[in-house]
Amino acid sequence: MGVETRPLSTLHERTSYDVADFPVPTGREEEWRFTPLRRLRDLHKGAEADGKVVVDVDAAPEVKVETVGRTDERVGKAYVPADRVSAQAYASFAQATLITVPKEVVATSPTVVTLRGEGGVAYGHTTVVLEPFAQATVVLDHIGTATYADNVEFVVGDGASLSVFSLQNWADDAVHLSHQHARLGRDAKFTSFTVSLGGDVVRIAPSVAYDAPGGDAELYGVYFVDKDQHIEHRLLVDHTTPNCRSRVDYRGALQDEGAHTVWIGDVIIRAEAEGTDTYELNRNLVLTDGTRVDSVPNLEILTGEVAGAGHASASGRLDDQHLFYLQARGIPHDVARRMVVRGFLGQLVDKITVPDIQEQVRTAIDKELDRGGASGAAGAAKQAVRGASDEPGATIEQELDR
Amino acid sequence: MATLEIRDLHVAVEDKEILRGVNLTVRAGETHAIMGPNGSGKSTLAYAIAGHPKYDVTGGEVLLDGENVLDMTVDERARAGVFLAMQYPVEVPGVSVSNFLRTAVTAVRGEAPKLRDFSKEMRGAMAELQIDPAFAQRNLNEGFSGGEKKRHEILQLEMLKPKVAVLDETDSGLDIDALKVVSEGVNRFREGGETGVLLITHYTRILRYVKPDFVHVFASGRVVEEGGPELAELLESEGYEKFTKAGASA
Repeated sequence: MGVETRPLSTLHERTSYDVADFPVPTGREEEWRFTPLRRLRDLHKGAEADGKVVVDVDAAPEVKVETVGRTDERVGKAYVPADRVSAQAYASFAQATLITVPKEVVATSPTVVTLRGEGGVAYGHTTVVLEPFAQATVVLDHIGTATYADNVEFVVGDGASLSVFSLQNWADDAVHLSHQHARLGRDAKFTSFTVSLGGDVVRIAPSVAYDAPGGDAELYGVYFVDKDQHIEHRLLVDHTTPNCRSRVDYRGALQDEGAHTVWIGDVIIRAEAEGTDTYELNRNLVLTDGTRVDSVPNLEILTGEVAGAGHASASGRLDDQHLFYLQARGIPHDVARRMVVRGFLGQLVDKITVPDIQEQVRTAIDKELDRGGASGAAGAAKQAVRGASDEPGATIEQELDR
Repeated sequence: MATLEIRDLHVAVEDKEILRGVNLTVRAGETHAIMGPNGSGKSTLAYAIAGHPKYDVTGGEVLLDGENVLDMTVDERARAGVFLAMQYPVEVPGVSVSNFLRTAVTAVRGEAPKLRDFSKEMRGAMAELQIDPAFAQRNLNEGFSGGEKKRHEILQLEMLKPKVAVLDETDSGLDIDALKVVSEGVNRFREGGETGVLLITHYTRILRYVKPDFVHVFASGRVVEEGGPELAELLESEGYEKFTKAGASA
C-alpha cells in the first residue's frame, strides 16, 4: 500500500438517483438477504403507483410547510438513494412535503406529519430543513395501510437541533420501506426515535452523515414484533469528519410464530474522522418460541485516532431470575412478564421527551403485550392485579414528588 | 396463627440430592435459626420453600397452615404468606422500586392500596430502614450496594407482611450498622407474635440482634442438632467441625 493510499470502507454503499443502476434484488445480496422479497408486492421490481398515502401536517406556528413538485431544487439534495427501492421511490414520487424551520427559530410545539395509507402502492418524499441554529421536533406518524416506499431527508444546519419521531403505527397488512437520512452541519444535534409496531413488512433505514465537525447524532429505536411480522432496521452512521459523536440504541421484543426482526448497525469511521466517539447497541427480548432475530453490528474503523468506538448486541429470552424474583413477591407470572418487558423497553421509552408520544408508545406496547399468545393463559391472574400494574409508573412517582 | 411445617423434605439439583430428609416446624411467634457450613444445603432449603424452578422436590412436603405449598406456583406461595428474603436479590432493569412494591402489595393484599396511603406507608418503612427516599424511583436493585439490597429485602418483608419469613443469609455482607438496621426491621416484623421466622445464617453475629427461640444445625442436607440459643454460642466457640463429621457419617 502506497503512502497516499487511504483505506476504503467495505460498508460503503453505492448511491444513485437512477433505478437502473441497481439490479433487481434476488435476495442473495447482502442488503436484501434478510428481507422477505416475496412480501414486498413488487416494490423492488418497479410496482406502479396505484394507491395513495395522504399527508397531513399539523405544524408548529413558526414552521413553514410546503407541498412541492419533483423539480424543486431543495428536494433530493441531502440524500442519494442507496438501494433499488429507494431509487424507485425517488423516481416515482409526485409531490414532496417540505418542512422548513427558519434560521434561529425555535419551534414551540412538535410538527406532526401524519401519513395515512389508503391502500395500494404509493411512493413518497419528505424533506425537513433546519436552518442554522433552528430547533424543532418532527413526528412522522404512519397509519392506515399501504404498500409504501419513501425517502426522508433531514438537513440539520450548523448549530441546529432536530428531534424526529418516526412511528410505524401501520395496520397489520402494510408494507413500508423507508430511508431516513440525516445530514448534520457543524455542531448540529440530531435525535431520532424509531418506533415500529405495526405493518406486515417494515424496513426502515436510518442513516447519518456529517458535513462538519461537532455533529452529534442519537438514534433510538423500539419495536415489538408479532406473529408473522417482519420488522427490519438498517442503520448507517458514516463518520467522515473529525470530532463527531453517535449513539445507537435499538431494543425490541418478539412474540409468536414467524415474528422476525433484523437489525443491521453499520458504523464507519473514515480515515479523516479523527476524534470520533461512537457506540451502538441492539438488544432483543424473545418472549416465545418460533421467532427469529438477526442482529448484525458492523464497526469499521479506518483511523487510529478515535475517542471511543464500541458496539454490543444481545438477544435472549426473558430472564427466569427476574421472573422468579417478582413472582416470589406474589406477582403473578403474566404480570411479572409484562413488568420485565415494559422495563426492558421502558428504558428507551423514558427518553422520549414529548409526553404525548411517550404515553402513546407506552399504551401501544401494552396493547402488543395484550395480544401476545403467550400472555393469554394467565388472563385471570392478570385481572387480579390490574389496578396496580397497569398504572403508568409515573403515577406513583408523581405521588412521591408531592 | 400460622404454622410452617417441613416434613421429610428431599430436594435435588440437577439430579444431585442436596436435602436428605429435613423436618422442621415453625410456629407463629417463633424464630428458628438454621446454621451450618457452606454447602450444607441451607440455601437450597430456602429456595425450595419459595419454589425456585431449579430445585426439584423429590420427596416430602411443606405445609403452611396445613396446605402443601409445594403444589403452588411461586407467586401463589407468596400470596399464601411465604416470604423469602434472598441472599442475592436480582436486579430488574427498568422496573422501579415503587412500581414493583405497589404491584407486589396489590397482589398479596388482593386489592390496590390507595396511592397516597401506599406512598406514605412506603416512605415510612423506608425511613425506618434508613433508605434514601430517592431509591423509590430507582430500578429495582440496579446499582444497589450489597447492604442496600438487603435493606430492600427487609423493606419488602415489612410491607408484604407474610405469615412466615425465610431469611437466607440476610446478614452476609453487612457492616455492623447495616446489620443493626436490618435486624431492627426483622424484629418489627416479628414483634406482634403472629409471624414465624426462619433465619438462615452462617454466622452467629446476627443472633445477637435477632434472638432465636430455636437453633438447628444443618449439615449434609439435614438437621443434625437442635437446641436453644445456647447452641449458637457453642457453635461460636467450637465451630461446625463436629457436626460436619456427624453429618457425613449419618
